[in-house]
Amino acid sequence: MNDMSRVERQVDTKEIKLECRDCQVYYGDNHAIKDVNVDIEDKTVTAFIGPSGCGKSTFLRCLNRMNDTIDIARVEGSFKLDGEDIYDKRVDPVQLRAKVGMVFQKPNPFPKSIYDNVAYGPRIHGLAKNKAELDEIVEKSLRRGAIWEEVKDRLHAPGTGLSGGQQQRLCIARAVATEPEVLLMDEPCSALDPIATAQVEELIDDLRSRYSVVIVTHSMQQAARVSQKTAFFHLGNLVEFGETGQIFTNPEDPRTESYITGRIG
Amino acid sequence: MTDASMQNPKTGGHGVSLTAADARTRKRANAEKRFRAYGIAAIATGLFFLIVLFASILSQGIPAFTRTVISVEFTLSPAERDEAESTLFKTKAYSDLFIRSLNNELAENGIKVDFDEAAIERLLGKVGGTIRTFYSENPDKLGEPIEFDLAASSRVDGYFKGRVSRDTIQDSRFLQKSDLDLVDVLEEAGIIKQVFNWPFITGADSGVDNPGGAGIGASVVGSFFMMLVVLGLSLPIGVAASIYLEEFAPQNRFTDLIEVNISNLAAVPSIVFGILGLAVFIQFMHLPQSAPLVGGLVLTLMTLPTIIISTRASLKAVPPSIRDAALGVGASKMQAVFHHVLPLAAPGILTGTIIGLAQALGETAPLLLIGMVGFVARGYPDGFLAGFTEPNSAMPAQIYTWAARADVGFYEKAWGGIIILLIFLLSMNIIAIILRRRFERRW
Amino acid sequence: MPILWLILIVFAIAAVGFFLGRSRALHSSGGDSRGLHSLPFYYGANVALKTAVPAFGLMIIWLLVQPLYVNSQVSEMIPDSAVKEGSSRSLVMAEVRRTASGLNNAIAQGHLTEDMVNNARADITDMTQRLKDAGQVVTAEITQPVLRAAQSYRTLTSTGYSIMNVGVILVALLGAGAGWLQTSSEYRARNVVEQGVSVLLFGAASIAILTTIGIVLSLVFNTWEFFKLYPATEFFFGTTWAPSFSGRGGSSSLGIIPLLWGTFYISLVALLVAVPIGLFAAIYLSEYASPRVRSFAKPMLEVLAGIPTIVYGLFALLTVGPLLLGVFGDEGLGWMKAGTAVMTAGLVMGIMLIPFVSSLSDDIINAVPQAMRDGSYGLGATQSETIRQVVLPAALPGIVGAILLAASRAIGETMIVVLGAGAAARLSLNPFEAMTTVTAKIVSQLTGDADFASPEALVAFALGMTLFILTLGLNIFALYIVRKYREQYE
Repeated sequence: MNDMSRVERQVDTKEIKLECRDCQVYYGDNHAIKDVNVDIEDKTVTAFIGPSGCGKSTFLRCLNRMNDTIDIARVEGSFKLDGEDIYDKRVDPVQLRAKVGMVFQKPNPFPKSIYDNVAYGPRIHGLAKNKAELDEIVEKSLRRGAIWEEVKDRLHAPGTGLSGGQQQRLCIARAVATEPEVLLMDEPCSALDPIATAQVEELIDDLRSRYSVVIVTHSMQQAARVSQKTAFFHLGNLVEFGETGQIFTNPEDPRTESYITGRIG
Repeated sequence: MTDASMQNPKTGGHGVSLTAADARTRKRANAEKRFRAYGIAAIATGLFFLIVLFASILSQGIPAFTRTVISVEFTLSPAERDEAESTLFKTKAYSDLFIRSLNNELAENGIKVDFDEAAIERLLGKVGGTIRTFYSENPDKLGEPIEFDLAASSRVDGYFKGRVSRDTIQDSRFLQKSDLDLVDVLEEAGIIKQVFNWPFITGADSGVDNPGGAGIGASVVGSFFMMLVVLGLSLPIGVAASIYLEEFAPQNRFTDLIEVNISNLAAVPSIVFGILGLAVFIQFMHLPQSAPLVGGLVLTLMTLPTIIISTRASLKAVPPSIRDAALGVGASKMQAVFHHVLPLAAPGILTGTIIGLAQALGETAPLLLIGMVGFVARGYPDGFLAGFTEPNSAMPAQIYTWAARADVGFYEKAWGGIIILLIFLLSMNIIAIILRRRFERRW
Repeated sequence: MPILWLILIVFAIAAVGFFLGRSRALHSSGGDSRGLHSLPFYYGANVALKTAVPAFGLMIIWLLVQPLYVNSQVSEMIPDSAVKEGSSRSLVMAEVRRTASGLNNAIAQGHLTEDMVNNARADITDMTQRLKDAGQVVTAEITQPVLRAAQSYRTLTSTGYSIMNVGVILVALLGAGAGWLQTSSEYRARNVVEQGVSVLLFGAASIAILTTIGIVLSLVFNTWEFFKLYPATEFFFGTTWAPSFSGRGGSSSLGIIPLLWGTFYISLVALLVAVPIGLFAAIYLSEYASPRVRSFAKPMLEVLAGIPTIVYGLFALLTVGPLLLGVFGDEGLGWMKAGTAVMTAGLVMGIMLIPFVSSLSDDIINAVPQAMRDGSYGLGATQSETIRQVVLPAALPGIVGAILLAASRAIGETMIVVLGAGAAARLSLNPFEAMTTVTAKIVSQLTGDADFASPEALVAFALGMTLFILTLGLNIFALYIVRKYREQYE
């Protein structure tokens, strides 16, 4: 846990970006998420940890209504982004997902060029008035994805030709290109090797300066390294939620302790 | 990095509410709705075509299952017969007798109409001949009252089915407007009526001038013998070929060649198989033209790829663990396949075979080339073996023959034939579905 | 003796051999099957296989070779003087075969006796009359050489079959005997039987190759014959199609261009109908439809694929044709002269191809990984944007392959064009005019009365060859594209 010193702890309370109350998720008859209450703060990295199948990814997908694309999933409870209910009938999930971007477990670049991959979001949301503006957005996003230097000479090569770590950073660049306010990351490093993982983690720490980042991870070390807040899920319940440092050094719940010390998981 | 310019006002940042859709979002939502509507429209169009197709089959085919008959009770005494036989125009004498008894029957019902022999001939054809033939074949029926159901001419039949009306008819030697009045009177008296058309289902094809008498029965038998050939050859050969390719074939050029051949044969137009049948079976091997045997051979070659492809799929679906288990207790590879894999794959193979047969049953183009169309199937084959080699027609070929004839009366028969053909196809497919449902195994 | 009896006899010998072999094996081990190398069944099967396989092999080869031999023997008998001007030896041979089968039938019906038929000095007119009485099709008068040839054709054929019968039964008995003698407790019956069975399996698989060879040979030989009678350049580049009806050649123009144009035009109309409808239906079914809608609409659309083409042909001729004529005909817009036209056939063929396009595209769209869609939704794309900009471009090669397969179906389709497109070959741009296709002309040239040696009939094989190469090329190309596409996501 000595990595923890790398992350500067900011204990002072920040503005709450996303407020979740009494959240329930059902997959058909299966009650996957039970009574979860979480506040996601702005400009903070929040990590969701827990054993496989505990519901952390499911919960993450509720935050930008990705569960809408699954027919049998049903979500209850209140999710408020800046005080507005994101499950309100009047909310277009399309608009919501522009504000709450997502990066997936497996890098999934589109079978298009690197440039088109990044430009895809700005294009569909109409963020650029002309080609020059679009070029600018693409460059900026790639820089923020910490991949600009590697691809600037081959922007029109297919995105699928990059290495795994590069692909994932491309996907992050693609996600930030739409200027989201919250960035959801579903185990973004699980398909990457240690070097690529380190690069992505560094990137996440950078992103914290502008976005609220929520990351689901299997690796407790990773949670400890990159996050300020940590939520521990177990069997669909939110067991404990608090400062990362406290969760890892002095957990309140015995289940959290068992998980952290490797007895369950 | 000039971060300030990244803040594009359109995304809204923190200020813009999620619930208020901006113009662009509304436009995109509309595009979404339009796109979805295209999809629904495409499916609706497809279903619409399906409905139109079935509606036209049913509306035009169902009349083929009824026929118009004139039923008259008629008694012929031996004396009358001898008298008729002694005249010079024998059939004319019978005809006169028939008209007399028809008149009597009308008079009993209190109806009085005048009609002459020519009108009867227009309605019924040469009625005298029919009656004479009947009594010469059944002399013991003399003196007994016999109920004759005589088929009305095709134009009268058409009048009942709405094909012919007073407005469209032109006086001719086939039918005159005045005859329709007579028909109406006879209908009211219950003498002319429509009955179920058994002869259509059981009968054989008639000549080009008699659509009323044409039946599909003989060609159903022709199709049946053809399917026997297809089943008897394509099932064993198809299964054997699939077992070889799936279980035993070594990875080499020749196996690849076979595989490429099969997938290409599956896409060769059926007419090319007809050319093959004509050149090989008829020109080269001198097998009889129009015979169900030849048709069956051609259709076998055509169905084989389909059956091989589906059989291989069902063999592939049997998990390798079953083979390993059999090999593990010391079975030979051949025993493992024939004792375990094949029985487990059997339902799938059967389903695939039935679907292949259904395809073959409806196939027409190759049959045209091996002479099944020029041939008029006037009767049933003489026996089981003759069923394979005697010239016959087959259902789709018979339908084509009817569709190609000039007389409009045959169109109705063609549609009726399609209904029968579709009933066969439907039942085969239902059997296949039931088999699949009942025996399908998920590993 | 009919072939069926021969087959049954061989089977009977095989069955007897099975039981004898089995009991001999058991006997050799003193009645204890554990003393045998293989199960008793395999000893029986060994004998049965050795009985049936060589016997049937001989029978099949004999049946293939004998007609060739008899033909060439008899053909040599016909003097050149008997081959009339403008006729050919093969035509005379056809006459001989017809006469021979007429004689056979006449004997079967009792109009002739065996002796009368074999009488070398038989009176021709009398014989012709008797054949006609028996209801046998006889062309005019039979000439002396033809009758003589027919007589020896009959004798040769029947002697041949007798020898074959004896030979096949002999081979069967020999095989049974050999198998029976081999049988002993040490004999590795199972291995031998399994080897035999795998050879049979291999033979079955090779039938696919034999079929292809058969197709290619029958096309190539007859096409070759055709090009001997008619110049190939005129066939490939001729712009008029006007076969003479005399069936004697000379005045026919047999250019393929108008037929290819008709084929191409009708297929184009069909694809214009089928591709948008099929593709959008596939998109809706795979991306939007609820499971309930999908489970209803998908099989319903596939019903369209299960309907035989003759039904579509009739539908074109009797329903769609008149319907279009009502709208575009003289009473409507006045563009259409008759119900049979490019539009009629194309429209109906399009309907037929809808399920073909939709189910192939459905498979291909489903093969696009869900991660692609998630990535796009995660960026805030709507479903239609995702489909148009991510799913379809990813599926494009596969969809192109599917369309090519549909095109090859359209080109090879016969019944719809025979009934719905008309018979006139013309080069025109008006889709409401009747045109004809390669397949329709194959049918009309081979079902007419023209004899098989005339260019008017042989041209059908050249057309078939063109069609075969065209569809084969399209298919190989399409399958190649689809396979490439599949590999991309596996």
